[in-house]
Amino acid sequence: MYGGGYIPAGVEETKAQAESPELLAQFEARITRGEKIEPRDWMPAVYRKQLIRMIEQHAHSEIIGALPEGTWITRAPGFRRKLALMAKVQDEVGHAQLLYSAAETLGKKREDMLNDLINGKSKYSNVFNYPAETWADVAVIGFLIDAAAIVNQVANSKGSYGPYCRALERICYEESFHLKQGHSVFVWLATGTPMQREMLQNALNRWWEPIMHFFGPSDTMSQHTETLMRWKVKMATNDVMRQQFLNIYVPKIWDLGLSLPDPELRKDESTGQWLFTEPNWDTFFKVINGDGPCSRERLAVRKVAEERGAWVRAALRRADARYATPLA
Amino acid sequence: MTNQPLPTAPLARYLLHLADDQLVMGHRNSEWTGLGPILEEDIAFSSIAQDQVGHALAFYEYLNQECGLADPDQTAFNRPESLMVSSWLVEQPIGDYAFSLVRHWCYDQAVYLRYESLSQIQDPALQALATKLRGEVKYHTFHANTWMKSLLQGSEESRLRMLTALKEVWPMALGLFESWSGEKALMEQVGHAGQPWYPGERHLQQHWQAGALESLVLWSVDVEALGLHKVEPVLGGRQGYHSEHLASMLEEMTAVFRLDPQAEW
Repeated sequence: MYGGGYIPAGVEETKAQAESPELLAQFEARITRGEKIEPRDWMPAVYRKQLIRMIEQHAHSEIIGALPEGTWITRAPGFRRKLALMAKVQDEVGHAQLLYSAAETLGKKREDMLNDLINGKSKYSNVFNYPAETWADVAVIGFLIDAAAIVNQVANSKGSYGPYCRALERICYEESFHLKQGHSVFVWLATGTPMQREMLQNALNRWWEPIMHFFGPSDTMSQHTETLMRWKVKMATNDVMRQQFLNIYVPKIWDLGLSLPDPELRKDESTGQWLFTEPNWDTFFKVINGDGPCSRERLAVRKVAEERGAWVRAALRRADARYATPLA
Repeated sequence: MTNQPLPTAPLARYLLHLADDQLVMGHRNSEWTGLGPILEEDIAFSSIAQDQVGHALAFYEYLNQECGLADPDQTAFNRPESLMVSSWLVEQPIGDYAFSLVRHWCYDQAVYLRYESLSQIQDPALQALATKLRGEVKYHTFHANTWMKSLLQGSEESRLRMLTALKEVWPMALGLFESWSGEKALMEQVGHAGQPWYPGERHLQQHWQAGALESLVLWSVDVEALGLHKVEPVLGGRQGYHSEHLASMLEEMTAVFRLDPQAEW
């Protein structure tokens, strides 16, 4: 799941110009022609840096995202749900494995990435800083957060960096099954007993703002996206992706007789654009900077897992072994 | 709660031991999801857990269709702790990775032997099921053997942790082979080759122990010094007597289901 829809910092294009104008021109021409950039090809340092940050953030989102859902594996009601959720969360960890390998092709080791996650240097998708309070949260995460992530990842899979695109293609394929799993849990609750329906409506109310935050601030608020889009690092603007998501999923939610906690939410038929109340972006930045309801807990759990597993990794290490960058 | 009494027919009772063990073991192993020492082990433990919960489901389905037990969800998610017949080994919390790994190694080898014998039964459906499941468990044992060897021969710390885990796990692993009331009757059942298919717990235990000790010696474990020959098994699980960990595990496992056991989830 979980392409963090938000790229925090911009690219300083002048730095790329300074490296080598000729190579930069060739690099940009290749991207314009639709060619993929591969690990050993020349690339501007800022392109490399930005991609590492983005893929790493995506990988972190997968393993941190496994935590809120993972706590419900042990509580899933009945065999069908238990087995499906186990397989689903396992897939997410598998996605992290794929993505760390893709990021490693750019020269940063998995271990260094995981260390940067724990020490707070590197981010993950904001949505995982919120608690999964009930079984209905599993439905909302599996259906709507995965759906939002698919919108984001399908766009990114058409980007310029070969290893990332190939990883994303596989990930999107698996995500489409996750969406079915989430949708099934969602529909069962929506059409179930009054208690089940209420549980789902409450979860939906809680998750609506984080979902609206998912794709990041409006493009009018984000800077520096132009170069990233020309280099096909970022493939669609935050607003375009958010509109795509609303257009597909809001009608599905309404069709089930559920409501969304935004009285302004409606489609303007004349423009085809969805209108909505702007979510509180101060909250978004607060959560990104480590002050979300579960931010500390998520990192603490990850840290304990890393520490408790340290002896295993140490035992496997061989003195004569060398680190090798994976091939694409 | 489904308070239907435990099945008295020996085969049904035996299959319930297997199913309960697999369910509880799979549940415990799934707790590693997101927390493994390396991503690859997260994924491996999750695969094993999915197999185990899937095997439990297959046996509960058989028990439902052929032996008159409640449907699998009710049997697994709506039964009091005292009617669970899983062993003490599987209900223990995951502990550190060494504990989970040694348990996995002991447990899956035992399951392999049980499936091997069950695949000799006369009932063609069970015979086919056991043969299929045995093939899956074979991979569990490959996985466990690889890691046992690596960590017993890895660093000084890893070896020490593994030896500690072995001492901790061993008495409960022996408890997997607790004798039970229908055992003798089941041992007389004739399998498809005209021979009895179930050798009984004592025989299974001897077979298991001989194989396990042989591997440990191969990995330079001094089993005498570790005192593995002298320990007493931890018993009770097959009679519904459990450690304090099973009740809390079941409470968690059934928390959502029990909100409305008649609802569809």
